[in-house]
This record gives sequence, C-alpha cells and structure tokens, in this order.
Amino acid sequence: MFPAIPNPPVTPPAPKFGEADLVRRSASEVTPPATRLTEVAKLIDVSKCIGCKACQAACIEWNNLHEEIGYNTGFYTNPPDLTENSFTLMRFTEWVNPETDNLEWLIRKDGCMHCADPGCLKACPSPGAIVQYSNGIVDFVHENCIGCGYCIKGCPFNIPRISKVDHTAYKCTLCSDRVAVGQGPACQKACPTQAIVFGTKDEMKDWADFRIKDLKSRGYDNAGLYDPQGVGGTHVMYVLQHADKPSLYAGLPDNPRISPLVETWKGVTKYVGLAAMGFAVAAGFVHHLIAGPNRVSPEDEAEAEKLAGGKPT
Amino acid sequence: MTNAWTDIKNTDLVVIMGGNAAEAHPCGFKWVTEAKANRGAKLIVVDPRYTRSAAVSDYYAPIRQGSDIAFLLGVINYCIQNDKVQWDYVKAFTNAAYVVKDGFAYQDGLFTGYDEVKRDYNRSSWDYVIGEDGYAVVDETLQNPRCVWNLLKQHVSVYTPEMVNRICGTPKDKFLKICEMIAECSSPTRTMTSMYALGWTQHSKGAQNIRAMAMVQLILGNIGVRGGGMNALRGHSNIQGLTDLGLMSNLIPGYLTIPTEKEADFPTYMSTRGFKPLRPNQMSYWQNYRKFFVSFQKAMWGAAATPANDYAYQWLPKLDVPSYDVLRAFELMHQGKMNVYFCQGFNPLQAFPNKAKLAESLARLKLLVIMDPLETETARFWENHGIYNAADPAAIQTEVIQLPTTCFAEDEGSLVNSGRWLQWHWPAGSPPGEARTDSFILANIHLRLKELYRKEGGAFPDPILNLTWNYANPEEPTADELAKEMNGYVVSDVLDPNDPTKKVLEAGKQLATFGALRDDGSTAAGCWIFTGCYTEAGNMMARRDNSDPGDTGTYLKWSFAWPANRRILYNRASCDLDGKPWDPSRKLIEWDGTKWSGYDVPDIAPTAKPRDVGPFIMNPEGVSRLFTRGMMRDGPFPAHYEPFESPVVNVIAPKIKGNPVARVFKDDLAQFAETASPEFPYAATSYRLTEHFHYWTKNNHVNSVLQPEFFVEISEELAKEKGIANGGWSRVWSKRGSVLAKTVVTKRIRPLVCDGKTVHIVGIPIHWGFIGAARKGFGANVLTPYVGDANIETPEFKAFLVNIEASAGPASA
Amino acid sequence: MSRDRTRPIIMPNAVPAAVPADVEPGDAVHPGKPVTVDRYSGAARINHWITAVSLVLLALSGMALFTPKLFFLTGLFGGGQWTRAIHPWIGVVLFFSFMGLFFRFWRANLPAREDGVWVARISDVLGGHEERLPEVGKYNAGQKAVFWSMSALILLLITSGIVMWDQYFYSFTTIEQKRVAILAHSIAAVVAICVWIVHVYAAIWVRGTLSAMTRGHVTGGWAWRHHRKWLRELVQKPGRRTPAE
Repeated sequence: MFPAIPNPPVTPPAPKFGEADLVRRSASEVTPPATRLTEVAKLIDVSKCIGCKACQAACIEWNNLHEEIGYNTGFYTNPPDLTENSFTLMRFTEWVNPETDNLEWLIRKDGCMHCADPGCLKACPSPGAIVQYSNGIVDFVHENCIGCGYCIKGCPFNIPRISKVDHTAYKCTLCSDRVAVGQGPACQKACPTQAIVFGTKDEMKDWADFRIKDLKSRGYDNAGLYDPQGVGGTHVMYVLQHADKPSLYAGLPDNPRISPLVETWKGVTKYVGLAAMGFAVAAGFVHHLIAGPNRVSPEDEAEAEKLAGGKPT
Repeated sequence: MTNAWTDIKNTDLVVIMGGNAAEAHPCGFKWVTEAKANRGAKLIVVDPRYTRSAAVSDYYAPIRQGSDIAFLLGVINYCIQNDKVQWDYVKAFTNAAYVVKDGFAYQDGLFTGYDEVKRDYNRSSWDYVIGEDGYAVVDETLQNPRCVWNLLKQHVSVYTPEMVNRICGTPKDKFLKICEMIAECSSPTRTMTSMYALGWTQHSKGAQNIRAMAMVQLILGNIGVRGGGMNALRGHSNIQGLTDLGLMSNLIPGYLTIPTEKEADFPTYMSTRGFKPLRPNQMSYWQNYRKFFVSFQKAMWGAAATPANDYAYQWLPKLDVPSYDVLRAFELMHQGKMNVYFCQGFNPLQAFPNKAKLAESLARLKLLVIMDPLETETARFWENHGIYNAADPAAIQTEVIQLPTTCFAEDEGSLVNSGRWLQWHWPAGSPPGEARTDSFILANIHLRLKELYRKEGGAFPDPILNLTWNYANPEEPTADELAKEMNGYVVSDVLDPNDPTKKVLEAGKQLATFGALRDDGSTAAGCWIFTGCYTEAGNMMARRDNSDPGDTGTYLKWSFAWPANRRILYNRASCDLDGKPWDPSRKLIEWDGTKWSGYDVPDIAPTAKPRDVGPFIMNPEGVSRLFTRGMMRDGPFPAHYEPFESPVVNVIAPKIKGNPVARVFKDDLAQFAETASPEFPYAATSYRLTEHFHYWTKNNHVNSVLQPEFFVEISEELAKEKGIANGGWSRVWSKRGSVLAKTVVTKRIRPLVCDGKTVHIVGIPIHWGFIGAARKGFGANVLTPYVGDANIETPEFKAFLVNIEASAGPASA
Repeated sequence: MSRDRTRPIIMPNAVPAAVPADVEPGDAVHPGKPVTVDRYSGAARINHWITAVSLVLLALSGMALFTPKLFFLTGLFGGGQWTRAIHPWIGVVLFFSFMGLFFRFWRANLPAREDGVWVARISDVLGGHEERLPEVGKYNAGQKAVFWSMSALILLLITSGIVMWDQYFYSFTTIEQKRVAILAHSIAAVVAICVWIVHVYAAIWVRGTLSAMTRGHVTGGWAWRHHRKWLRELVQKPGRRTPAE
C-alpha cells in the first residue's frame, strides 16, 4: 500500500504555495522564483483501476460542480465527454488483444495532465488566466479568463472546456487548493484501490517502477510509464499495461506535443505579423516623406471643366 | 465472511465467482489489489459477463448463469483426479472419513427420499452410521466405499471437463487452466479466497452454490487460514447485522430459531437443540443453546421470564410454516390473507421479483406503512407513472403512511460489515424535516400498543405488557442502551461455588463474553453472539486503534468482531494436527504445549489439546462437513440443477426442471417460460453497477450523472442478429412483463455454446425505477420469476429467460 | 517629363450601347467651377463606413487577443470577456456590410486592359507620375487589388472565425480543424490589416480622395487626374443631361 496522506489538521494551515511560486503565467513574463518547490505528480495506475468512478464523484463534490444528468449513449462513459462540470472522466475501451485473443477492458481516467510545457498556457492570450506553479500544477485563474477557448486548441490532450454559464475555461486543478494544504487531490482520496496515488514526482516514478515490475511478471511485457516527453513530461502520469500503444486507451496521444499549428500561430505568426503591420505603416510614412502628397493641380481641374462642358448647372 | 476484508491481502489466489467485487464492493476490493500488488496474488473471475472485476483479473472465463455447481463440482473432480488435495486437512478436519447410512443414494438428479407431491425429501437416510458407542462411525483409511470421501468422489465423477463445457459453456481449456490455478492452493503454503455475493445467492439453489465452493475450500485446506475462507460480500452495509439480529421470520437474534407449532412447550423445543457431540471430546458449542436462549428471554421479558413459566417461552410466536419470507408474504397479500404491511428500510416493489404481482399484492392491502429515509417506489406504488408504473390510483384503496426516518449518516449506532465487524458510527448531520430515528418510531408504536393493551386487554397482552423497556427516554431508546442490551448484562449475582464470598458475576454489570451466559436466568443477552461488544470497559465497537502486530490484517483493536472479537472463524484449522501453523509465514494462532495463542482470538477452548478437539467447534462432529447430512433441504451434496427458466435441458437429469425442492406457488408456475422456450430464447441475468447502490442512489444527483439511464447489455452478435444499435432502444420481455431500455452493445458479453446450442446472454442492471433524480426506467424485477432458493428463499434474480427486439423507445422519448 | 496635355481626348466612335462596368448608378458629373463628380452615393458611403468602423474595431479587438503586448486594448471593449464576446459579432457585421460593398463594387473592380500597364509602371504610381500611366476607370489596379484581396480575406476570416467561435459552433469541427482555422485567421487578419493600411494611406496620400467617402463627390480635377477613363465615361453617359439643356 502506498503510504496514506495524513488528514489535515483541524486548524487551517497556511497555503504551501501561491503567487510567488509561479514559473509561468499566461501572456505575461514572470521572474522565476529563487527556490522551486518539489515537483508533485498524480500517478494513475490503469491496471489497478476498477472504473468505479469514485474519482469522478469526488471531483464533482469537492469542486462543487453541477453536471447534468444525461442519457445512456451505449457506453459506460458518463457523461460522454469531459465538460466544464466534469474535470475528470472514466473512459472505457473494449479491446481484444490480438496476441491472446482475450478481451481487455481498458479504463482510463481522463483529465488534465499538468504538462511541464503546457499548450493551454502557451495559447492563452489573457495575462494570468493560466498559471504554472513550480511544483508542476497548471491552474486556471477564472477571474482572468476571457473564455476565448484558445487553451482548448493549445492542449494536446483535449482537456479544457468552456462553461456556457460564466464563459470561462475549466479543467482539473490537480486540487491545487488541497495540495496547498498538504492534501492529495480529491480523486486520489476517493480511489478505493489506490489506482490513483499522489506524491512527489520522483516518488511516483519509483512507485510506477514497482507496479511495472508486477505487471511484467504477469505477462504485460510492454507495461510502462506514460510521462510523455513531447510536452516536457507531465504531472499526471499513467501506468499502462500497453505503454507501447497509449492510443488504445480511449485515444491517449501516442506522442503528444503542442500542435505545430499552435506553435506557428503563437510563434512566428505573431512576430512576423506584427512586423508586417509595422512595416506597412512605416512604409507609408517613408513614402509620404519621399514622394509627398499627390495633389490635384488647377490644370487638372481645368481639364475636367473642359471635358465636362463648362458651366455650372 | 469466515475471514475479514482486511485478511484478503494475505491470499495467493482470489476467485471471484458468483459476485463482482470490484463493481459491487469497490472499497473492499482494495484488499484484492493489495494481495496482487504485494504478494503477487492472482485473480480469477468466472462470470457470464466480462465485468469490472474481470477488467483487473489475471484470468477470466465465461460461464452460463445458473451453472456454477457443475463448474465447482468439476473443480472438485479435477482436484480428486489429480490428487490436488490437502490430505492432512481433509482427513483430520472434514467428515471425509465418516461413514454414511446405507439407504443414502443419488440417482437421476435426485437424492434418496424424494416426494414429488410435497416437493420435499425425507432426509432420514442422509446421515452418518452411528456406532454402538453413540458416536459416528469413521474410517480414517478412507477405504470404506460408504465413507463421505468415496461418495463424494462418485458424486462428482460425472462433472468432467467435457461435461462442464456442455453445461456451463466454459471453454474446456479455460476451465482446465482455472482448475490448475485453484489446485495449486492444495499446498499448505498457498491459499485461495472465495469472494462471492448475490451472483451465487440469487438462485433457486443459491445455498448449494456456496456449499460447493466451501467444499472446494475444505479440500484445499483453505478454511480457517489467513488469506483463505468463504467470503460472502454483503450487499448492504448492515445486512450482516440484519441476519445476526434475526430479522428473518424464522430466527431470533444470534441464529437461534423461532419455535414451530409442533414445539408446544420449552422441553420439546430444547429436545432437538441438544447438539450432543458426534465424536468424542468435541466442543459442539451449540450445547450451550439453552444458555443463549434463556438469556435472550431474560433480555426480552426480564423479571417476568421465570423458571416457572419456562422463561416466557410461550410468549414467542410459533411458526406454522417454515418461514414467512418476503415471497410468501406477498403471496399472502396477493391472496388477500395479509392486509397490513410494515416496510422498514425496504423497497420491495423494486427488490423482489415479478413487479406486476407485487403491485397487485400491495393494492390488496388495507394499510401499508413505509419507514424510509428516501422516497421509494413501494411508497408510491399507487401513483401513475405512465409506462413505468401504470397504476390507477382511483382503483386502489390501500392507505399508505410514510414515516420519514434518519439515514445512516444522521444517527448513531453500529453497522456489522461482511467480516462480522460491529463498527460504531456517529451522526455526521442532522435529520431533515420530520425525519426521526427508527427506534423513536418503533418505540412510539410499541408504547401506544402497550397502552391499548393495558386499557382494552386483548387476546394475548402478556408479551407486549411485559416487554422489558428500561430506557431513560422510553420514547427513544438510545443506540448505546440498545447495544448494551444486546451485549447482555448480569441479572442477579452469581457466586463462586468454591468461595461463596466471591462474586463471579455482579448484578447490573455488562457481560464480557458469552462464555459467562447462564441458563438459570441470572444473565440476560439480547444477541449472544454480540456479547463482548459493549462491556464494562466500554463500547468496544467504537475502538479505532489500527495497530496490527505481525502485519496479519487482524486489527484486533479496531471495533469488535463477533464472536468474541475473533477475526477469522475456525482459525484452529490454520494449524496442523499438532497445533503448528500449516504455513509458518502465515501464523494466526499456535499451540504452545499448554494453550492456544497468537494474533487472533483462538476459535477453540484455549486449553483444548490439538489432537483431541476438532477445529469446527460449532459442529457436533468437531470437523467440517463435505456431506451436510440432512441440514439442507436440497441435498447433502450439491448437484447441478438448471434455473427454473433455462435455455437448455438439464444434461445430468433431463426430467428435472429447476431445483426439485424449491417452493413454487401455484400461480407462479404458470408464469415460468418453458425450458429452451423458442418464445423466450435468451438467458437473462440481473446485476448491480458500481455507480449505484440498489435503488437508493438514483435519488442522488451525482450518482445519477454517473449512470443516468436504464439500459440492457447484449453481445455484438445478438445485436447484429436483432438489428439493435448501440445506444438504441430495445424492448425486453419475459413471461411476466416487458421493459424498454437503452442498449449497450458490448464485447464483454459473448454468446456461449452449451451442449451444442448457442446461448445468448442479456444483461439487465437493476438500478432504475420511477422515483428519483435519474431518468425514469424499469426495474429488472419486472421480468424476473417468482421463485426463491430452496433453503433460504432468496429470489432467482440471476437466471431467467427473455426475448428482445429493437424498439423505437417510449412514445414520449 | 512634363505632362502631356495635348493628348487627344479619346472619344468613342458612337454612343455606347451600355454603361461601362465601372460606372455605377449615382456616378455623375456636375459641370461647374470646379467640376464636381459624384463618386459614392449616400448608401455606399454609409455602407463603407460601417465596414470601416467594423474593421477597425475588429483589428483592435483581434490584435488584443493576438498578442499579449496589445492585450490592454481589451480595455476599449470593456475587458477581455467583452472583447472575446463582441469580436465575432463585429465580424458578422463586417461580413454582411462588406457583402454590400462587394455587390455594389464588384463590377467596377473587374480587371481591365490598362491594369496590366498600370501594374507594370508601379514605380510611376508610387512616384505620383500619373501622366505616365494609362487612363484608368473608376478604380485603378491598386484599388482593385485592395478590393479583391479584402474580399478574399474577409471570406477567409469569417469562415475561420466561425470555426473558432466556440460559443456557438464548438461541436461542428475537430480541434485540429480549429487549430488550422485559428492559424489561418491570424495570418488572414495580419494581411487584411496590411491591406487596410495601404488603403488608408493611399486615401491620405492622394489628396482629395477622402471627400469621395465623406461628402460623396470629388472634384473634376481629381477624377481627371486619377480616373480619367471613368470621367470620360461619365461625360459620355447616356441620358446625361447636357449642359445645353
């Protein structure tokens, strides 16, 4: 058993991190903090997950969300997709392993991965709407969010959702409010099988190694850790039975990275675009200085009068 | 459970069959993941569906619902044929060597003594040969052809892997692989745990399903050891407490039985409850029955229960039928013979079979009283909810009174979990509105009845007028007061016979152990098995010390486990004949030459010499039973019977339909589909989903989000055959009713081939009704047959026949 | 080179059978001193200015969302949320407004023979040497380029804009499509703003132009100098009241 996180003290402790620990802030420059917090991570061991959705319920309860009661759409995945009220979602995939001809029911808890290189933050135009703490948590600050949805395009994992009510973006906060007072995320607290564990990123990697050894002993030769380097690693990681094929797990990206389209948009386009506009204005000034105004001469007027036939009407 | 939830971490092999622990018991399932992660334990799941448990299993095999006995007897056959038996255990701790009466036999699916008209057996031949010394005859060499072992060998020989495949549809290779994995646990140093639940109980032969696995476990030597046992996962947080407290029509607390009509007086009643040992030196603990019974009577009627009136024996009701179980109760309502019904924390309109019959029955009542924290379908059976409950309120004359009660989080008390732990809980919130505790409501009904009896007399006022009612607030006994009463207390001083100046027991003190109970009226205990839960040392159930010396998972200082704070029943059997642990790394208790001690409370007299006294102290034999004598109505060995509604004929006994002794009411028989009916060709089963708890959580918004709408599950093959789309509507109907449901088309259900016939399975979750936050839907009980288990009357919810077709859905949808 | 005032007035051989494509209803010459030429009707001007205001607002709000350096511009619109909400609606106004301009002007912006020469002599254009350029109709090739590029860009902007407009159209496209759209939208917007700068600058540089869109008319001299072909066409316009009348 992974050591349990002790319950919080009765008196509210001071938050362990805050504004001073930001390493990135959307659409703004920040001075990196002198001392960095230890990186934290949530490890989701898919092989231990029984798909009970306690994490989903805990997430809704802790964050005081109000998800709609939907319909059955032919799947156990309910609601059918992440929403602004469902920051996490159990996604169920039925897969027949071609090597063994055995069915495997792959159940993955979807939600924000808290990338080291967060595409949402890169895409965000609003200063301070998305922040990244030095412990790795990527959080949305709703009073700064303008609801443009750029984070959705920036995210390689298709996670953020815009609320139809307050028009701001929502996603898993990694329970930054709980982590700030020394607790694990609500989903981790609720998980009955410790398929979700929480700790420092190093601890989680060690724990994952322990789990991967067990899985390999059970014939899952490709068991491994999902900590994709394309986004600089993540602070939510998976232990997968088939780490060679992440996309089996309800389309978990095999090699996630911030889309080149987004990189181009937020990179070269921005600079070249501004330069082009500046150049156009400058060119006008220069031209005007050199060429001077293009005026109509009295001769032109006379020619016109001649042509038009003279007298005023 | 013979063991505890926490003990499952000690196992090497978990077999989930007849249950779906990950789905229905997700919190307890953590101990399976612990065993897997830390011991490298393997998990086998055998189920008609690839369940959430199967999703995390090491090995899965499909089985046709209702054929578990054939599978398990096949496993026993495999173990015997391949000599995978823990011989020392079987010879010493089971009745394998006991010689059975010559008259006993089994043929064509029936045991000796069957009476077709009564649908019952004369069980007199189902017993041991008793020798001249008055003890059962045993042949320790197991050579006697009439000894239990040889009879068992003969009985299971028909269940070959081929036969298992024909009956169960389980592929032979998968069956053999599972046999091999299970058989490895015949080693004294490997144990297997069986985790089961309603998947075994909800059959017309439910009790025998469980017996079959218990026999496997005995043959492997897995009862009484760490990581072993027969572990019934209870479906409600306190359903174990319900049975412990005797909330069954034929029980009084502590598994004592209600007298029958034939037991007109106390001596007659006691004459069949002597439990004389069947072998020398055996404890045969039920010999103390009289102490438990008299102490119960004293708790009930105090000073009014005297030796002169046989401790008020006559104030107990006497049964005229074996039991007034729920099926019988509704049958009586249906016949107009029962006209007032109290429904306390119970929603039978959803929870019992054949909803149409239930609704008709409720409509014939004069008065229905509902005590429940939630709005229930039963309370609203008279309301018209369109296709979901097409009632005509004007035609129903039943008066319905709803008394809102507190829920578990709003009151104090104990809950008994599957592992027999009585865990105290405290209220987390205040009850809403006019909700009152159940004890307040019942106390007030009692006090008013008492007042009426006092004023008006009546036919038989004594049991009511004399009932002990010593509570500080008579209108609302507290949980502590009730717990103390159940634990038991000393009524009058008991002096030490050797030294009369010393008091062994002092009047008014709480009892510490049921060993102190007496049959002379000097002690009182409401539920003898709970004695020790609330002693002079305080409320033992409220203990929360999770220290666990030796990391054994026993947690002796956490709450209280009945009996006597024992965590693993029959734990004497964890040691060999000389009292040394079979597996030293899994020591539980040990004989040190003079006494038993260890990590658990020994389940044997502390000084009982190991070779003299057998480990199964409740049995007069002192050993466990592979052959149960006449104790079960449907046979001393389990035998394969098809469900009452089956897609195939019973291969073993083609003439027999269902369980030959299961009770069937006349009108219900006409509502069963024919065996292999072309009209109802598909084998249906009903089950729970992890997102919901029975019919409660559909009242909760979040649960309703997680599983919003009623659905059925079918294979891709059947969906194709029937033209039903995933997520589309289908209509499912049985001979008793019809439902409309969304359809989940899944690879997790595959058609089985049984005896050459393709059997399609239709899965029907149970959680929807016409009340609550979730979308309106149908209960699976609209479809299920009105028949129960032959021994305990648990309805056959797990195996029945239906038909299915694509549908346009409800007209309004 | 001095201006060649002796170049003969090109007179059509006969009264044209139809009005030339670049002569629009309302275009008219009023002899006088100076001659005034009606270039844009009231409706066309309103249409233009709605488009112009929309475009400026879109540029400002779009730029605010385009780069953090300009995010402060959201203040003009009541903050980020308002900017985000209002920008696409302005886009819709622009689109329909521009549609009006498009249908009003597209015929006048059809390519003409002289456009090629005009483009080939772009250095004379920039140098203000109109005498070296062919006579042009209502619009010269530069104006036509502005017209057509704006038409194409606005079509691209509205299309990509709708793909990005998550509030109403989120579910209709994939995220990858949205990414393509957002990149296309940014690039198109940059180009459109550049074109707009050229347009505005040209209007400022070529004095006398602004009155076309403010008061609706230009002087005869302006028309003579910059759109002589058009002026001739107007003079020849059938049904034009002759000064004698």
